[in-house]
Amino acid sequence: MGASVSARTAGTRLVLQPHIPSGLFPDATRLVRVLKLELKGITKRFGSLLANDHIDVVVEPGQIHCLLGENGAGKSTLMNVLYGLHEPTDGEILIDDKPVNFRGPGDAMAAGIGMVHQHFMLVPVFTVAENVALGAESTKTGGFLNLEDTRRKIQEISDRYGFDVDPDVLVEDLPVGVQQRVEIIKALVRDAKVLILDEPTAVLTPQETDELLDIMRQLKSSGTSIVFISHKLREVKAVSDIITVIRRGKVVGSADPGTSTTELASMMVGRAVSLTLDKAPAQPQETTFEVKDLTVIAPNGHHIVDGISFSIARGEILAVAGVQGNGQTELTEAILGLQERVSGSILLDGKELRGRSVKEVLHAGVGFVPEDRKVDGLVGTFSVAENLVLDLYDKPPFAKGISMSPAKIVENAKSRIGEFDVRTPSAAAAAGTLSGGNQQKVVMARELSRPLRLFIASQPTRGVDVGSIEFLHRRIVAERDNGTPVMIISTELDEVMELADRIAVLYKGKLVGIVPAGTGRDVLGLMMAGLSPDEAAHTDQLHHSPEPTSTSRAEGGDHD
Amino acid sequence: MSTTATSPQPGKPQARTPRPAEEGRQATSAKPVTWKTPVLLAALGVVAFIFFGLMGPNQTARFGLSSSGDFFQLPALAVPGFLGGIVLSVLMLGLAGYAVYLKLKDQAAPRWLPVTFIVLFVAAFLIWVVGGARTPSISLAGLIAGSVTLAVPLVFGSLSGVLCERVGVVNIAIEGQLLGGAFTAAMVASMTRNPFIGLLAAAVAGAVVSMVLALFSIKYLVNQIIVGVVLNVLVSGLTGFLFSTVMQADKATFNSPGRLPIIDIPVLSSIPVIGPILFKQSVVGYLMYIAVIVVWIGLFKTKWGLRVRAVGEHPQAADTMGIKVNATRFWNVTLGGAIAGIGGSFFTLVAIDSFTKEISGGRGFIALAALIFGRWNPIGAFFAALLFGFADNLQSIVTIIGTPVPSQFMAMLPYLVTVLAVAGLVGRSRPPAASGIPYVKG
Repeated sequence: MGASVSARTAGTRLVLQPHIPSGLFPDATRLVRVLKLELKGITKRFGSLLANDHIDVVVEPGQIHCLLGENGAGKSTLMNVLYGLHEPTDGEILIDDKPVNFRGPGDAMAAGIGMVHQHFMLVPVFTVAENVALGAESTKTGGFLNLEDTRRKIQEISDRYGFDVDPDVLVEDLPVGVQQRVEIIKALVRDAKVLILDEPTAVLTPQETDELLDIMRQLKSSGTSIVFISHKLREVKAVSDIITVIRRGKVVGSADPGTSTTELASMMVGRAVSLTLDKAPAQPQETTFEVKDLTVIAPNGHHIVDGISFSIARGEILAVAGVQGNGQTELTEAILGLQERVSGSILLDGKELRGRSVKEVLHAGVGFVPEDRKVDGLVGTFSVAENLVLDLYDKPPFAKGISMSPAKIVENAKSRIGEFDVRTPSAAAAAGTLSGGNQQKVVMARELSRPLRLFIASQPTRGVDVGSIEFLHRRIVAERDNGTPVMIISTELDEVMELADRIAVLYKGKLVGIVPAGTGRDVLGLMMAGLSPDEAAHTDQLHHSPEPTSTSRAEGGDHD
Repeated sequence: MSTTATSPQPGKPQARTPRPAEEGRQATSAKPVTWKTPVLLAALGVVAFIFFGLMGPNQTARFGLSSSGDFFQLPALAVPGFLGGIVLSVLMLGLAGYAVYLKLKDQAAPRWLPVTFIVLFVAAFLIWVVGGARTPSISLAGLIAGSVTLAVPLVFGSLSGVLCERVGVVNIAIEGQLLGGAFTAAMVASMTRNPFIGLLAAAVAGAVVSMVLALFSIKYLVNQIIVGVVLNVLVSGLTGFLFSTVMQADKATFNSPGRLPIIDIPVLSSIPVIGPILFKQSVVGYLMYIAVIVVWIGLFKTKWGLRVRAVGEHPQAADTMGIKVNATRFWNVTLGGAIAGIGGSFFTLVAIDSFTKEISGGRGFIALAALIFGRWNPIGAFFAALLFGFADNLQSIVTIIGTPVPSQFMAMLPYLVTVLAVAGLVGRSRPPAASGIPYVKG
């Protein structure tokens, strides 16, 4: 999209920087200072778990250095060590070739390291200025806050990078993308020379992601090094100067951004993986699942799901896309009977599900994979075998009257474990000790073991290794081909585009529209930001056509 | 994302401008107004109309505004009971109607509405009670001055709660801190023959009780509610034991602290109504006003306060900004305890000049309610504490002038007010997000 244009613009803007009157940026001379960061043999152990195993990384000044690895590979731990949040078990951190010892984030910040955490470290009820000031407050005599000074600093940075952030707005009222900019401002106000971005795109729409990548390029040209942590290959290739791949706490190699996606994926996973799913076109039959005007009211009075209507036919996958927190969780929970204030109608095979208990809904033939397996999907301290019958424990053959039949339960477990290739020491192992991918397979195996009339999977592959993703996706498609209506909820656009036969996009609890599979990533991205399908398609076209006027206007508006 | 579209931004096409307006609209319409406030106000309005209006007394209620020492005398306020009740309850019904009207237009009632309603309700209640009494006359000035006096320990207690909860520790032990302060003040002042040293000792005692709370809840991660409750019981038992074994044995040495002097600021204290409230107080009373203002300024205007609030709202964010979360918590809780301790000294150095068992009489819990009613804000907590003090004082005055209402019901008044207040009459209040949650790194 417009990335190349913005990068060029960014370049011209930055040339202007040395001419900025020094009064505006008192620290302008320090802006030139760059910093070389080196992690040497970093080892971090949590009990018996070796999260980082002798990791060596060198971040050269003015570089975007990507740490690529799957969830749980140890990237975040490494960065928390670097940021002074964890003390390394072994190894050292060098800044400009001098060893440093961080006893807390304060030390790391003083050394010029800033971090934007995956879960934002912003106080929701504080204003932007208060959040930026926190920990590095400008004060008048007597310890009184001087927020005026902080506002001015925010304004300067805002103007320089085109952030347009109002310092007096409460953070909780800001969209996620802007909150992330506040985090970046926080680091820049503290004069960060190395900025760590921990999975920064997880909460963004594709367009916001592109904007963030532009910001990263801008920061880089002004001399800030960036450590970019991600598992999304597309973004990594788009923006990195060098890629270090981490697998199971170890550096397994480095690559340049020209490396092919498949090659990067196999480095990340440790074996060849196929990234595309071959699925036959859907053969939709009659429509058996219908949601009409569904509204869910949250405890705080928000209409968290707001008048949604859609239907799914047998043998079809409807994927629900949207940025996290736009009502997806509540939508699935409403269908399951887990939400309290629900209105509208949920019809499965002509029967009303709304107002039924969860048990009745499950018995009506609904299979449900919740978004957080550890909280809602499994009982971690129960064995794998027990977890596999959580929904059927009171039915024959697993129960007779009030007694259970352990033999039958174990027998069932053995066959499921084989069928779903669950890697577990035994059927009696506690489910909580399994890896994320295997836990997810247990949940999936349980939910697919009954004859289903509707299958709902929420974030079916979140935090699952690439190898298992492939397997889980195949099972979902197989269920569709069995003639079950399937509903997938995912915040990963790649997953949505891969699995869907039709794509529904949610934004602020409303259904923006339902579009056919094969709709472009950019159009879906705009829909995820609330534009209707038509508007999105139109805007997307504008976007791709050459636009000299718009670009020059934008440059004219840059008043540095 | 969206806000960037509002101004021309380098390298970004201008096609995305329709978003922000749309988003703003949705954000405001997404939070519907509840029926709670209008319905509650209407119900109270009807109650007021029936009891205070239709069943109102026929006597004229007289409210004295000046006391004999004032340098000019205001005439007493005389209100015909029946008429006053009708007028005020009709006004209340009007306000309730306005709230319903606003709800129908999907707008929230403004803050002044329930506050005005409460004032009218209290006024109507006063007219009803006084008008129906054997001697239908009370001194309003005395009523208010007494309310402030009774509110002093409550204000200190709720300030302690504010300091603790703002930093993320629930302080159920306010009662224990008040009681510990009261006991130590009496004991030390008696032994040293100096009430000022007693006052200092009370602060230390409150701080010590608080340090136990801080140590167990912050370092050992024991449930804060449980530690608080246990501390209350512990302090009550300990002071009770020492009272009966030590103090009772030698009252002259251990339980005759003497009173802190009432400092009368000349001229100013003779202003009717507000003079005695603001300018004729004990040291503890003046300290109360100072403490409220200092805590408020500290919390909302200083670097210290910003950090404190951040620790109570989002400790992890504070930690990543280099703030020592648990140390901040520990010292804040300790400071809170010291303030509550000073409040406790009021019982033994100002109100009465000796200690008795359970002298704090559950006021620590009322202070907790004042803290919630005051929305975790020092000034809010101050006015909430005044309201409770008012209910407390009214109860005793009204019993004296002889109302037809049984005194037991009147004694329930402060607690009834507490329940109504905490149930969220004045909107829903939001506690600091991390209140009650221990912070463990990593």
